Amino acid sequence: MNFEIFLFYVFAAILVFSAFRVITVRNPVFAAMFLVLTFFTCAGIWLLLEAEFLAITLVLVYVGAVMVLFLFVVMMLDINVEPGREGFVSYLPVGLLVGAIMLIEMIFLITQRYFKSENFPAPQRAAEDVSNTKELGRLLYSEYLFQFEIAAIILLVAIVAAIALTMRRRPDTKYQKPSEQIGVSKAERLRIVQMPSEKR
Amino acid sequence: MISLSHYLVLGALLFCLSVVGIFLNRKNVIILLMSIELMLLAVNLNFVAFSHFLGDGAGQIFVFFILTVAAAEAAIGLAILVVLFRNRQTINVADLDELKG
Repeated sequence: MNFEIFLFYVFAAILVFSAFRVITVRNPVFAAMFLVLTFFTCAGIWLLLEAEFLAITLVLVYVGAVMVLFLFVVMMLDINVEPGREGFVSYLPVGLLVGAIMLIEMIFLITQRYFKSENFPAPQRAAEDVSNTKELGRLLYSEYLFQFEIAAIILLVAIVAAIALTMRRRPDTKYQKPSEQIGVSKAERLRIVQMPSEKR
Repeated sequence: MISLSHYLVLGALLFCLSVVGIFLNRKNVIILLMSIELMLLAVNLNFVAFSHFLGDGAGQIFVFFILTVAAAEAAIGLAILVVLFRNRQTINVADLDELKG
């Protein structure tokens, strides 16, 4: 059990450090990389909480898809990093103040007495043959089926919106219109003129 | 023994870091989007912790849906960002003042 606490603190330290680096690092590529580290470490913490399926999903979906998307966009946009730092220092005091006040309030609420281990005793470790994935799947396809379908529609809307936003018409490029090429008639291309033969 | 409040404090710490990140990075919309992802991660951490300590799978289902919506939001946000950069050649928040409100 002591090793578990040790693991928790190691993961928590890496998590907080990398989250701190995400918001303070100068280069957006490094920020994306530290965000990847944050997601990985959080997946480790979720493994400690016996949420295996979600931990793997976090790595696959976030690290594998969303962060790659972020990196693509960072590399596609030619951002000038240097002037991006102005105002960092001027916003620092108010940012730190708001963050510190929020943190202190939350910690007062959390650690006061309601969430102590007497009120929420740590559950027994699940047996070896209990499958988190099976349990989630049973819930998802029975009780939460309607919400699951809604999630599918949200993803479809996201695909359509992203494509519709980024597709651009270029009026100056030349391209063929196959439908017009096929639908052409003889009268549009060929004109037969009648003219009398000339006298020699 | 790791109690529930350990996880909740960690989630609160992560959330406050991302709030500070939104304050600090006014010049870069990409890092603002990353801060929002961090916030959602902190919320998800709370959901998973409560789901574990209460022995209820509904919290994990909720995390599942939050992940879905967050992925959709990131995709649309980045698409808007690309269009914005194509039109204005900047992603500085202070330069986006076309809508005079």
